[in-house]
Amino acid sequence: MISIYQVAAKNLFRKKARSLLTVVGIALSAWVLVSLLGFNRGYENALSKDIDNMGFQVLVAAKGCPYEAATLMLKGGTGLRYMKQSVTEDILKHPEVEQVTPMLMQAVFDPNKGEDGSLTAYLGVDPATFPAMKGFLKFKQGAWFTDPEALQAVMGYEAAELEQREVGDSLLVPEMEVEFKVVGVLARSGTQDDGTIFVPIRTLQNIFNKKGQLTGIGVKVNRKADIAALEQKLYDLPDVQVVSLAQVKQTIMSLVSTAKVMVLSIALIAILIAMVGVVNTILMSVLERYREIGILKSMGAMPWDVFRMIWVETVILCLLGGALGVGLGLVLSKVTDLLIRRLLPYTPTGSLIRIDGGLALLTLAAVLAVGLASGLYPAWRAARVRPLESIRAEGD
Amino acid sequence: MKAAEIMLEARNLTKVYQRGSEEVVALEGISLKVRRGEFLAFVGPSGSGKTTLVNILGCLDNPTSGLLRLRGRDVFCEGKRLPESRLTKIRREVFGYVFQKFYLVPTLTVAENIALPFAFFRKPGSLPDPMEAAKLLGLEKRLNHKPGQLSGGEMQRAAIARALVNNPEIILADEPTGNLDTARCREIGRALERLNREKGLTILLVTHNLELARSAQRVLELRDGRLVKPGSKRR
Repeated sequence: MISIYQVAAKNLFRKKARSLLTVVGIALSAWVLVSLLGFNRGYENALSKDIDNMGFQVLVAAKGCPYEAATLMLKGGTGLRYMKQSVTEDILKHPEVEQVTPMLMQAVFDPNKGEDGSLTAYLGVDPATFPAMKGFLKFKQGAWFTDPEALQAVMGYEAAELEQREVGDSLLVPEMEVEFKVVGVLARSGTQDDGTIFVPIRTLQNIFNKKGQLTGIGVKVNRKADIAALEQKLYDLPDVQVVSLAQVKQTIMSLVSTAKVMVLSIALIAILIAMVGVVNTILMSVLERYREIGILKSMGAMPWDVFRMIWVETVILCLLGGALGVGLGLVLSKVTDLLIRRLLPYTPTGSLIRIDGGLALLTLAAVLAVGLASGLYPAWRAARVRPLESIRAEGD
Repeated sequence: MKAAEIMLEARNLTKVYQRGSEEVVALEGISLKVRRGEFLAFVGPSGSGKTTLVNILGCLDNPTSGLLRLRGRDVFCEGKRLPESRLTKIRREVFGYVFQKFYLVPTLTVAENIALPFAFFRKPGSLPDPMEAAKLLGLEKRLNHKPGQLSGGEMQRAAIARALVNNPEIILADEPTGNLDTARCREIGRALERLNREKGLTILLVTHNLELARSAQRVLELRDGRLVKPGSKRR
């Protein structure tokens, strides 16, 4: 026996191309929506993970642009500014400070990297303090260097993959005629450390003639200490700026908030367009079946039956489109991730798009709500059709 | 012998349409009685008011004045009409409608089209199996076909079968052969005649086709909205 739901579902096959295009329109909107929501969630998560995996809560950098300092903290930066190494001693004087680790970032253009060459970044770290702060890092091969002046390097997982190096291999610093020996390769951590080449800080200072100079100092704060109060005290140090974890988060989030608002607007417009498309499709279908609906009413369909039938058609279209869109969002999340990485000035290393079951259901619910709203008017129009109107058109 | 129950009674029915500022009298002073099990045909030229009359008798339209009774109960009495929801219930419980255009749902099979009324309403006493109606109309071999794969006659027979599944008391057929050739016309005429004879259905048929009208027991002719002669027994 056939039900109203089956009739509604089969009605969508009358104009297959029109139904398909409507489903595609809804799917695209759902894709944008689920990707946007996934991005909102994924970006914050990835950023938090990156910051938590720093091993320190405060970065002291040479005075300059705060955005640059934030980028330096997360990614290395290119327009490097330097401060004196003696600042480390000044910071250590504060009782809130548990440990500090000096860092020097240097970037070298490697003409053999990629098609047109690109920059390779080296991070000079103190073997006495840095490994202790980064206790969560695991090694795939080897271990940290221990000699602060050795020509040795520890490579992040992706850096080692890219350079195709293993423990025991040599690593040439272009233009400097210096060769490091790889003593360790880190296991994948999902942070910016994966792409970094770590070398002893003094070695790096010697190679690049930056003795007594640093690009940043990581400060690990005592658990019970007031980070904000410490920040205030550190601001008194000459020619440095202090960037806290919370600040970095805020800075980066403000950088991407414009992009998020833009994408949200696009998603809303896409949903509105899809909604208009759904209303148009269903309304056209109702008008084309005007007489047939009248006949259905003459054979016993009450207004609510007809309303339900048309509404169900809308809901089926929206659910199909929504499911397809969510599926696309899931399947193409890597592609979306890559696109966003190209568009944004800074992106954390973890996955930028996080779509889970809850988010998929939320998107489907949103699309369903749009469908229910879109179907109201056509369903109401259909429910109002009187049998006589269709029969009069039969002529006499 | 006990006289058959009066199914429909019309007294002095009139129907006036407003066309702009002009009043068009579609029906004037129509009085008739339809007995249970009667097969009645309405003939007359286009615009004579036959469809308007049958629509009123079938509770699809309201007269402007007069009285309409269905099984002794007033449906319309001098301006007072039943509410639309009540009329809908009457329509689905008492009538089965067949129109010139078949209005089968093209995406459903013949079997699904015939069973379609059950998606909305199933009257107590309706056919236990909608395929009985299909069998009655000789459509057993076409059940899994889509309407587009049927001939005009088969489509109309499917539409008649659809009108039968809720076991109506009255079949209202408005120009059911308007789109069919002579052979298919006869086919439909025979089907209606058989339904009247074997199932005792009351049939109200509107047609231009005098040969089809001859299937009826009584033929009423309308001209300019009036019955021009009392019904004559033809069968």
